[in-house]
Amino acid sequence: MESTNYVVGFTLAMTVLVALTLSSLFYGTKDKVAQNADVFNKRAILSAISAKLDQPVSAFSDEDVLALFEEKVEQKVVDMSGEEVDGIMAEKVDMAKEAKKPEEDRNLPLFIYNAGGEKVYIVSVRGSGLWDAIWGNVALQSDFTTVVGASFDHAGETPGLGAEIKDNPAFAKQFGGKKIYKDGEYVSVGVIKGGAKDLAYEVDGLSGATVTADGVDEMLYRGIKYYEPYFGKGKG
Amino acid sequence: MAEVTTAPAIKEKEPLFGKKEKKLITDPLTDNNPITIQVLGICSALAVTSLVLPSVVISVAVVFVCAFSSLFTSLLRTRIPKSIRMIVQLVIIATLVTIVEMVLKYFSYPVYRQLTIYIGLIITNCIVMGRLEAFAMANKPWRSFLDGIGNGLGYGLILVAVALVRELFGKGSLFAGSAAEMKIIGASSDYWINTAADGSWFSWYSNNNLMVLPVAAMFIIGIFIWIQRARNPELVDIS
Repeated sequence: MESTNYVVGFTLAMTVLVALTLSSLFYGTKDKVAQNADVFNKRAILSAISAKLDQPVSAFSDEDVLALFEEKVEQKVVDMSGEEVDGIMAEKVDMAKEAKKPEEDRNLPLFIYNAGGEKVYIVSVRGSGLWDAIWGNVALQSDFTTVVGASFDHAGETPGLGAEIKDNPAFAKQFGGKKIYKDGEYVSVGVIKGGAKDLAYEVDGLSGATVTADGVDEMLYRGIKYYEPYFGKGKG
Repeated sequence: MAEVTTAPAIKEKEPLFGKKEKKLITDPLTDNNPITIQVLGICSALAVTSLVLPSVVISVAVVFVCAFSSLFTSLLRTRIPKSIRMIVQLVIIATLVTIVEMVLKYFSYPVYRQLTIYIGLIITNCIVMGRLEAFAMANKPWRSFLDGIGNGLGYGLILVAVALVRELFGKGSLFAGSAAEMKIIGASSDYWINTAADGSWFSWYSNNNLMVLPVAAMFIIGIFIWIQRARNPELVDIS
């Protein structure tokens, strides 16, 4: 058996070595990783409006994505009463932090895509899946009723099951053309287990991922509703 | 556990890549496979195998972690205090897994986002620690390194084989999410075999949702184990 001093010394040396290696790697890669994350999020937002883009989002290079955002996407932040908040960019709003605030104090990011005189409003929503947080972007036409498209992401859903909300393009594709108001009343877009029945307002759920699909349903209903005061002002 | 290849520590001449070294790589692929014979690493084999792409990435990561943790453990094997042996092994594994995670974040952020928690779960993969305890603590660095590669490959082989079956019959595609995505069979004209087309021979076919669920991996691994033991009855009593 080794002496206690040897064990303590070994542990210390090992800890210092590992800590130094990992922290220098972390600092060395930090900037590139932050940029990767930024591009990744912007791609997610763009894929909600892929119907309006002339090529698939995956065909854009990283630089194209950043440039497109710079040129054509207006960023706004609105509060829960629909007023615009000055001095903050929508991309800087951390939805995870906002979700911890009381509902009335939250800031809501809003991305407005301008293409040929037409405006598309992209709202962000966040909720819970089976294991962890899920979130998404929903693009609406300027009537604030018709959905242009949607994109979703998650922190830890199972690949092939819940993760299909992001990985399976067919899931997000269903949202194009749906309406969130039925006879003037807010209904959101329902995600229905076993298949959509009311095709104008509902999409099919995911087999094998009922809890995640229910999470998407709840997230959309609650999340889009937050923007209602702003929609009301926009409609005049 | 079958330790066919553990060499006694006598002063023999050790070639860089002799018969024994080759066996270290090939044995885990067949007669000493970590999943089908040693029945280690089943947990992650059930979780990630619904698609081929994540299975391939995880396999590569496991080969890397297995090989280098074996190498470092073997280099330190005479110096590691016996009382904190397992903690040291875990630190080595966790460090390597963190490095894998950082490399993925740097070079392929979308793949990192697809796998997130599963990368971290390599730390708890029984194969890695199992090989450190069973082999690397008692063998020289080069052989331990080869043993790590062999076992990582043996694990990856089964993982990818299970994923091929599950993705094809569960989703009708292969390599979904990668640039080489193949759409094999499904109900639209995007697929090679279009089940929705008029007069299609496969109009009766629809994807099997059971294959998407983790239980399917259980059945498939069970069938692999059955086939392997039916072909080589010597393996039946081993585990």
